[in-house]
Amino acid sequence: MGENFNQSKEQWQQKMKKTQERFPERKETFVNKSDLEIDPLYLPKHESQHEDYMEKLGFPGQFPYTRGIQPGMYRSRFWTMRQYAGFGSAKETNQRFRYLLDQGQTGLSVAFDLPTQIGYDSDDPMAEGEVGKVGVAIDSLEDMETLLNGIPLDQVSTSMTINAPASVLLCMYIAVAEKQGVPKEKITGTIQNDILKEYIARGTYIYPPKPSMRLITNIFEYCAKEVPKFNTISISGYHIREAGSTAVQEVAFTLANGMAYVDAAIESGLKVDEFAPRLAFFFNAHNNFFEEAAKFRAARRIWARLMKEKYGAENEKSLRLRFHTQTGGSTLTAQQPDNNIVRVALQALSAVMGGTQSLHTNSRDEALALPTEESARIALRTQQIIAHESGVADTVDPLAGSYYVEEMTDQVEKEVLKYIDRIEEMGGAVQAVEDGYMQREIHQAAYEAQKKIESKEDIIVGLNEFQVEEELHADLLKVDEQLEKGQVKQLHEIRDKRDQTVVDEKLSALKQAAKDHKTNVMPFILDAVKAYATVGEICNVLRDEFGEYTGA
Amino acid sequence: MEQKIRVLIAKPGLDGHDRGALVIAQALRDHGMEVIYTGLRQSAAQIAQAAIQEDVDVVGLSSLSGGHKALFPKVVEELKNKNAEDIPVIGGGVIPEDDVAYLEEQGVKKIFTSGTPTTEIAEYISELVRGEHV
Repeated sequence: MGENFNQSKEQWQQKMKKTQERFPERKETFVNKSDLEIDPLYLPKHESQHEDYMEKLGFPGQFPYTRGIQPGMYRSRFWTMRQYAGFGSAKETNQRFRYLLDQGQTGLSVAFDLPTQIGYDSDDPMAEGEVGKVGVAIDSLEDMETLLNGIPLDQVSTSMTINAPASVLLCMYIAVAEKQGVPKEKITGTIQNDILKEYIARGTYIYPPKPSMRLITNIFEYCAKEVPKFNTISISGYHIREAGSTAVQEVAFTLANGMAYVDAAIESGLKVDEFAPRLAFFFNAHNNFFEEAAKFRAARRIWARLMKEKYGAENEKSLRLRFHTQTGGSTLTAQQPDNNIVRVALQALSAVMGGTQSLHTNSRDEALALPTEESARIALRTQQIIAHESGVADTVDPLAGSYYVEEMTDQVEKEVLKYIDRIEEMGGAVQAVEDGYMQREIHQAAYEAQKKIESKEDIIVGLNEFQVEEELHADLLKVDEQLEKGQVKQLHEIRDKRDQTVVDEKLSALKQAAKDHKTNVMPFILDAVKAYATVGEICNVLRDEFGEYTGA
Repeated sequence: MEQKIRVLIAKPGLDGHDRGALVIAQALRDHGMEVIYTGLRQSAAQIAQAAIQEDVDVVGLSSLSGGHKALFPKVVEELKNKNAEDIPVIGGGVIPEDDVAYLEEQGVKKIFTSGTPTTEIAEYISELVRGEHV
């Protein structure tokens, strides 16, 4: 075993060297304010500890990846600071994107409005009152061109929070990139594309589970060949947690969903190592600092073992759980909103200590409205302070070896595995979702949490203790109520301008493709998008074929 | 025995955040009320229809998407169209203080903003329907 430890250490050193050739460390030497040198990695000193260490932690960048997925983590590069933004029109959102990039943000993250997320055009009666509210309204390729105007898609990676119509928005992104002269093989980013958690917690589903799973595997297959650098799914615990789950449930249900996608892809004929390297994850960070940090570490270890032992993945990239983190929206209070800055800082710190690949920090005013530019800036600054001033990024996995954190990591893992077993016994995540099992578990946890707040068993500063008399309206971002009309007008103009015969042709080809469950619909959606068929038109074609989901 | 207070909890518009709606539904049940939850994505007409069919004493709307200014008054209007303006409408969610007065002008009886204890809502409904404390 001691041999094993020393061998792995050597491998780690070699990997470090190799990585540094591509991404040199941020500093020549890392020292703290007392001028003490900081090593990239700290290890158990006694040989008697090595066996346990290799079993549970391993070296960073090595199985089971408890300490992180890269050998040097943030010594070379910080996590990607990726603030989720989008509101109103494509033009306004484009301006906010450019502002955030100017401020040092390193990746984009697009929020779409609800009609776009549920596949309705802005003039659909169902869209009334919702256009441009929680994100940007996208109807046709023209809106996407405006949204990404002046942003070099060969340099910026873009995350899109889009699920049921993920195929459509990804095709629009591909089409804009091509117009910029960037081939689809080169674009980088992520589509959320995680339908199971929509049924469980987030609500922007369109079709029933089965055809939805087909769309997802179609995307996996298409991207493996055509868009190899894009993350084809972001399997999300974030919304499960926001809906009220515990940290354990968040990881358990997310990984169970992940297994369902892997099963579906394998069943459709893909090999695990063909698509698994492009699976990404998305977690929440709440206030209980050590629990959260332990949660991230446990999630990595569980996934690596599942992929290796259950699915026989061989490519290292298939074993690595890469994840984005967003701080917990539901932990923010409308009362004394400036306190939220502190909550966000703690949560962000836990994500960094947990080894996140990218991070969104919420703004202080999000319990009240979408963030103002000033609030969004403070949120980004919070990440920058953690990165540049706190020193926590100077060594890999600084919490490793803490009795408390390691024990908590083990316990989270144990409880998560119990849930995963239970879900497997039920026939897997798709079945559990259809039965409403996860929904009930989450709801129960949410209700218990609320009762604890009302009985003051849990103190929320400013909410049920330490209150002040205050006016709650401050400076809030308001989405222009006229926007909906403008967006509808634009949509009508594009419908007049485009060649309707081509649109009809492409939509009917898509319809035919959808009918045959063995056909991959992606090329057909791409053709339709390029002809300026709208999100609503494309989704309606699929609605006709697939039907609509109406709840568990 | 006195009949239980009947409440319809509804999610108008496309918003999928139903944690608040579900928690309040359960809390009101624990306060001895009958609660009917509509599920997501209900139009104003569907909500008014359900309120009448279920013969409820009060309708509670929840929205976190910013669409409340368009969506809540429509439910009030639909109830009026169906001669059911006697069913009071209350609401909650992510609603800026500045919008509360507007919604009340439009006939929404009361808005509860983020952080309101569920007991406070239960007491309010009890008083509204029966003029008495729980």
